[in-house]
Amino acid sequence: MCAIATTEPPKSVTGIARDAVAAPPAGALAVDLDGITKRFPGVVANSDLHLQVERGTIHAIVGENGAGKSTLMKILYGVQKPDEGTIRINGDEVSFSSPKDAIKAGVGMVFQHFMLADNLTVLENVVLGAEKLHGIGAKAREEISRISAAYGLGIRPNDLVADLGVGARQRVEILKVLYRGARILILDEPTAVLVPQEVDELFGNLQEMKAEGLTVLFISHKLDEVRGVADDITVIRRGTTIDRVKSASVTSKQLAELMVGSQLPTPQTQESTVTDRVVVTIAGLSLADPAGGPALLRDVDVVIRAGEVLGIAGVEGNGQAELVETILGLRRPDAGTVVVGDDDITKWPTRRIRENGVGYIPEDRHRHALLLGAPLWENRMLGHQRQAPASKGLLLTAKAAQADTQRIVSDYDVRTPSIHVTAGSLSGGNQQKLIFGREMSHAPRFLVAAHPTRGVDVGAQAAIWDHIKTARREGLAVLLISADLDELIGLSDTIRVILRGGLSGEFDPKTVTAEQLGAAMTGAATHKPTIDAQEDTAR
Amino acid sequence: MNSTLRRIGVAVAAPLLAILIAVVLTSLVLLALGNAVGPVWQVFLASPMQGVTEAIVNDAAVLYLSGVAVAIGFRMNLFNIGVDGQYRVAAFAAALFAAQGWLPGFLNVILALVLAMLVGAAWAGIIAVLKVTRGVSEVISSIMLNSIATGVVSWLLLKVADKQEGSNATTTKAIPDSSHVPALVTTQAGQIYGLVLLAVLVGLVYWFVINRTRFGFDLRATGSSESAAVASGVSVKKMTISAMLASGAVAGLVGMPQLFGQDYNYGSNSQTGLGFAGIAVALIGRNNPIGIAFGALLWAYLNGQSNALQINAGVNASLVNIIQGVMVLAVVIAYELVRRWDKRIEARRVAAELAAGNTAGAAA
Repeated sequence: MCAIATTEPPKSVTGIARDAVAAPPAGALAVDLDGITKRFPGVVANSDLHLQVERGTIHAIVGENGAGKSTLMKILYGVQKPDEGTIRINGDEVSFSSPKDAIKAGVGMVFQHFMLADNLTVLENVVLGAEKLHGIGAKAREEISRISAAYGLGIRPNDLVADLGVGARQRVEILKVLYRGARILILDEPTAVLVPQEVDELFGNLQEMKAEGLTVLFISHKLDEVRGVADDITVIRRGTTIDRVKSASVTSKQLAELMVGSQLPTPQTQESTVTDRVVVTIAGLSLADPAGGPALLRDVDVVIRAGEVLGIAGVEGNGQAELVETILGLRRPDAGTVVVGDDDITKWPTRRIRENGVGYIPEDRHRHALLLGAPLWENRMLGHQRQAPASKGLLLTAKAAQADTQRIVSDYDVRTPSIHVTAGSLSGGNQQKLIFGREMSHAPRFLVAAHPTRGVDVGAQAAIWDHIKTARREGLAVLLISADLDELIGLSDTIRVILRGGLSGEFDPKTVTAEQLGAAMTGAATHKPTIDAQEDTAR
Repeated sequence: MNSTLRRIGVAVAAPLLAILIAVVLTSLVLLALGNAVGPVWQVFLASPMQGVTEAIVNDAAVLYLSGVAVAIGFRMNLFNIGVDGQYRVAAFAAALFAAQGWLPGFLNVILALVLAMLVGAAWAGIIAVLKVTRGVSEVISSIMLNSIATGVVSWLLLKVADKQEGSNATTTKAIPDSSHVPALVTTQAGQIYGLVLLAVLVGLVYWFVINRTRFGFDLRATGSSESAAVASGVSVKKMTISAMLASGAVAGLVGMPQLFGQDYNYGSNSQTGLGFAGIAVALIGRNNPIGIAFGALLWAYLNGQSNALQINAGVNASLVNIIQGVMVLAVVIAYELVRRWDKRIEARRVAAELAAGNTAGAAA
C-alpha cells in the first residue's frame, strides 16, 4: 500500500521550523507525543507526528478537515492505538488500550457532540459510570458543586439537563471529565455549537482551569478564536505536524496558510448580480409544533430575486431546518405561501417541487441527499428519478445516467476512481460536489443550500463557494443557510437572522459585524436565559 | 481489482461462510448428543434417493415464490411475515374458483392464477392500509392476519367442503381434468410440476422491476435510506402500499404449482408454513433474485435429504430443522461481517486509487 503523506517533508511557510522551537524540559510536559504514526487501510492518518504540551497551558491543534486532528485525539484518548511512536503523560510512557486507561492517567475528552441524557439531572449525568468515585448521593453533589465553583462553571447539580442551554451542557460535559479526575482536558471543536458570547464564556472557564494548573488541548479550525485563547498552537496538515508556534507571534492569515499549505481561499463575492426580477416569494409562512410546543415558524416573509443570495444566520434549532423542509414540501405549513416564479408550490409534493426548478442541498447529506451504499451514478438519479437522464417513462436509463455522472465528476472535480464506487466511500467534500453537480444539472431557478460546506475540506469548500457564486451569476435565487458567519457574510447579498422561528430584518453583509449578528441570533444582550428559552423552542 | 468480480465474490462469500458455520455448529450439536457426525454429512452429500430430486425441485420452486414475496418487502425494510396467510387464503380462493370449471382448460388456470394474486394482494393490502393510516407495525398485523387466515379458511372450507367417502380430509371440490397443468418432466419416481416455470417467470420479472424500473429504484432507495428517499420526493406511504400489494400478489402464487400439478384441490391437508420458510430463503438469498434461487434450492435440498437421515444415519430427521435454523442465524451474521469487510475494502481501494492519481474526472 502506498502512503500519501510520508513523502511530504514538513515545510514551514512562516519560517519557524518545528525543530527550531527549543524543546522544553521533559518534566514540564503534560503531553509528549513522539513520532506517532497511525495507518488505516490505504491511508496514513497520522505519520511521524510530534506534539508537546507544557503543563498548565492551553494548547490548540489546528488543521483543516481530514488533516488527522481527530485521529490524533483518539490516540491520545485511548480510542485508537498508534502503529508507531510513543505517548508520554507527565513524563511517563503510557500505552492506552481504552479511554478508561486514559482517564486513569488523567486525560479526559469532551466531544463535539454532547453525550448527556436529557431526562436526567446534572448530578445523575455526572455520576453515571463513575459511581465508585464519590457515590451517587450527597458526597457526589458536594464534589460537583466544589468543581463548579473552583472553575467558575456555574453548574447546579440538581438541574435537569433538558432545561440547560448549549453552553451549559458543554460545561456539564467538562465537569464530567473533571469529576473523573482529569488533569489534561481535550476539547474537540468546542466552539462549533456556540454563539460568540458563549464562546467568550467558555474561554473564561478555560483560563480558570489553566490558572488551576490544568492542561487544555483544544482542537479547532476557527483561527481567530484559537489565537485568542491558546498559548501555543500546533498546526497539522496531511497527518503530520507542520509547525508549532506561539499564538502571540502569529497572525490568523499565517496560521491559515500553514494549515492549507497555500494561499487561503475566501468566500468574497464580486460585484452584485441582484436583479429586479423576484423569483421566490415566501409570505406569512407559519408552522406549528406537532408536539404542542411553541411555533416552529412564525410568519416568515422572504423575497429573493434572481441573482441574489439570501443568507440566513442563526443558532441551530431556531427553525432553519423547518424552513427548508417546508419550502421543499417535506412539511406542510399551517399558514402562508411559497411562490417560485409563477408557481404557488406550497401544496405541491416534494417530487414536483424538485422537478420544477428547486435545487436542494440538504444540511445532512448522508441522511437526505445520498444513498451511501449505492454507486455514484445511482445517486445521480436520486431526487430526479422521473427526469432524464435517470429514466424514460417507467424504465431507468442507466447508460445515460452513467454518462451524465461521468460529466458531473469531470465538471465538478469529484475526486473518485470511478462512478461505480459507493457514495459512502467518498470524502465529504467530494460527496458534496457530486450533490451540487446533480442539483445544478436540472436548471434550477431556486437553490436551497443548507450548510453547504459543513464537514468538507478547505479545497472543496472553495469549490462549493465558487459554484454558489456561479449559480448567483447565472441568475438563480439562492437561499443559503449556514452556521459559519464568515461564509454568510462573504457570499450573501442580504443576511437575515432566524430566531425562535421568526426572521429578523435585513442586514447588509458589507457593513454587519459578527458581533451584531451574534446579538441578533441570541435575541438580546442578556443572552444566557434567552439561549435556554431557545432550547425549548427548538424542541 | 475488477469491481464486478469483487461484487460476485462478496455475494458468494457470505452464504458459503454461513453454510460453513452451520456445518460446524450442527456437528457440535451432534457430538454433544453423542451421535456420529460422519454418517450424517454422508447422507447429506449422497445423491438423493429415487423421486427425491423431483420433490426437491418442486419444493424449491414453491420456496422461491415465497422467498421473492418476502424479499419484495425486505427491499424496503418491510417485514412481511404474512406470506403464510396470504398464500393460503389465495390458494383456497383459486382452488374454489378453478373447481367451478366456468372457463375451459387453460383459461381457467390463468384466471385462477390472477385471482390468487389478487386475493394475496388484498390480504397483504390490509397490512399496508393499517400501517400507513394507523401506524400499525406490519410485523404485528401480518402475524395476526396469519391466524385469522387459518380461521377464515377452515371455516369457509367447512362451508364448501366436498366430503369424500373414506377420507377425513376436508377439501374443496376437485379441479376439472382439463385444467390440470401437465408435468414439466415425468420420471419413474415422480414429476416436476408444470407451474415450476412460474418461479422462473417471477424471478425474471422481480429482477427486471427491481433493477431496471423507476419503481424498483424508489423501492430500493426507500429501503436503503428512508430519509433520503423522502427528500428525493418518494412518497413512503404509496411505496409501502405498492410494495405490500406486490409482495402479497407473489405470495398468492406460492400454492399454485402444487394445486394445479398434484393436489387439484385445497384442503386441510394442504401444505402450510411455506411463508415462514420463505423468510429464511429470502434472508439466505439476500433478496437477490439469484441468491433466493440458491437459498430455495438449499432449503429444499435439506428438506429432501432429511428423510434419509433416520434410515441411513440413525439420526432424527428433525436435525434438519436445527441445521436450517443455525444457517439462518449464521447467514445474518455472515452477511453483516462480509458487508463491513466489503465497505472497508472499498474505502481502502478508493483511497489507494486516489492517492495513485487515478480519478474518473481526469480520464474523461
